[in-house]
Amino acid sequence: MDETIAEFFKRTILKIPLTKMMTVLKAWDFLSESQLQTINFRQRKESLVQDLVQLCESKRASLHDAALLDIVYTQFHQQQKVWDVFQMSKEPGEDVDLFDMEQFKTSFEKILRRALKNVTVSFRDAEENSVWVRIAWGTQFRKPNQYKPVYVVYYAQTPYAFTSFCQLRSNMPLLLQTFETHNCTTPLQETLALDMHMDSRIIHENRIEKERVQRVTQETFGDYPQPRLEFAQYTLETKFKSEFHEGILAERKEPLRCLIKFSSPHLLEALKSLAPAGIADAPLSPLLTCIPNKAMNYFKIRDK
Amino acid sequence: MSVLRPLDKQPGLNTATILLVGTEDALLQQLADSMLKEDCASELRVHLARSLPLPSSANRPRIDLIVFVVNLHSKYSLRNVEESLHHVDATFFLGKAAFLATGAGRESHCSVHRNTIVKLAHTYRSPLFFCDLEIEDFRATMAQRLVRVLQICAGHVPGVSALNLPSLLRSSETPAPEDL
Repeated sequence: MDETIAEFFKRTILKIPLTKMMTVLKAWDFLSESQLQTINFRQRKESLVQDLVQLCESKRASLHDAALLDIVYTQFHQQQKVWDVFQMSKEPGEDVDLFDMEQFKTSFEKILRRALKNVTVSFRDAEENSVWVRIAWGTQFRKPNQYKPVYVVYYAQTPYAFTSFCQLRSNMPLLLQTFETHNCTTPLQETLALDMHMDSRIIHENRIEKERVQRVTQETFGDYPQPRLEFAQYTLETKFKSEFHEGILAERKEPLRCLIKFSSPHLLEALKSLAPAGIADAPLSPLLTCIPNKAMNYFKIRDK
Repeated sequence: MSVLRPLDKQPGLNTATILLVGTEDALLQQLADSMLKEDCASELRVHLARSLPLPSSANRPRIDLIVFVVNLHSKYSLRNVEESLHHVDATFFLGKAAFLATGAGRESHCSVHRNTIVKLAHTYRSPLFFCDLEIEDFRATMAQRLVRVLQICAGHVPGVSALNLPSLLRSSETPAPEDL
């Protein structure tokens, strides 16, 4: 193994606190369970690190593997970094790009390499359909500096990207531009209408209505997973309305109040499945479907 | 307004057709699958409809039995069935219609009271079955019963006709029609 790579491994593993060592190494998933068992994790940290580096060497670990370990370390210690958030804006009239993660990764790397000769780019998928990108910058004549990487965390289908603080401020515009110019138009995978009702002895009388409901649901919610939301709350304040202007309720000065709270492990997916499941009519009430558009989940409904 | 009538078409040879009416397609589908798994001398056909009236179709075979499926967890499904009942000719309720209530097992989820569906079935003088369709074993047993009832309604069982069913399937709770 190259001396610089070995040194990089050594320094990265040294950063990991002993209490988190096993967790991080397991998440990295480069050294197998049986290989990890051959290491004595109770020895002094310097010796432990030496043993681990030797093990990596014997497994022919590459710079790419080291970069991935660095990402895993940073994922576990996100709070150690200072993050900036950027919001990408769409020009009016631009089509919504359909997002394909793999294509994004390939073209992102290509664009960066075209601009800078020496750069190390690594990707690691994370939860909630997000991707962590690690970029180590170099210059035209110098190899990338692995000890001052920039991290970008991008959540697919959102206009937000988080970046860790970068001392080489000059590289930031390029980085951000790479996101915006990234053009990913992939043909929408045709959702095969799974004809589960293979048995010809079963006839669906309301096939047309079912198709209408599917279409309306798709128009309202789209094809991709919904943002994860756990509850929505609606408060209603209204005066009693009736044709008979008498009675206790009609004379009441205070408005009537009502509170409805919806909660679910994944509220928007649940709402999306209501009409196809036959539990509600399609289209759903706009009070429910406006949640992602308005970016609100607390609503106050009052008399006009 | 199109109304379903029980005897407006010729019967198919050895064919028995059931119409399941209910809002929750997944449950109806599962029940249909379970029914078709049964060994049956008659040729079974299962039609699934969300609500009535049905879209007009000349190809539809004669319907021998209508089962209205109500999910006790959903007032929406009850209302849907109540509205669909208006599109059924009264002669269906001489043994060729039945109600099936699902979800009674999870009492805490029920928003339709058991008595509501009992009264509805009683009003229409039709049998009422309780079965949690989500549970495979219960569903299989229910499917067996429905296939048997369907065969009777289609006239495939000698000596028993649909007219016998309301009294044969009456539960001990509901008073006999003669007593009212």
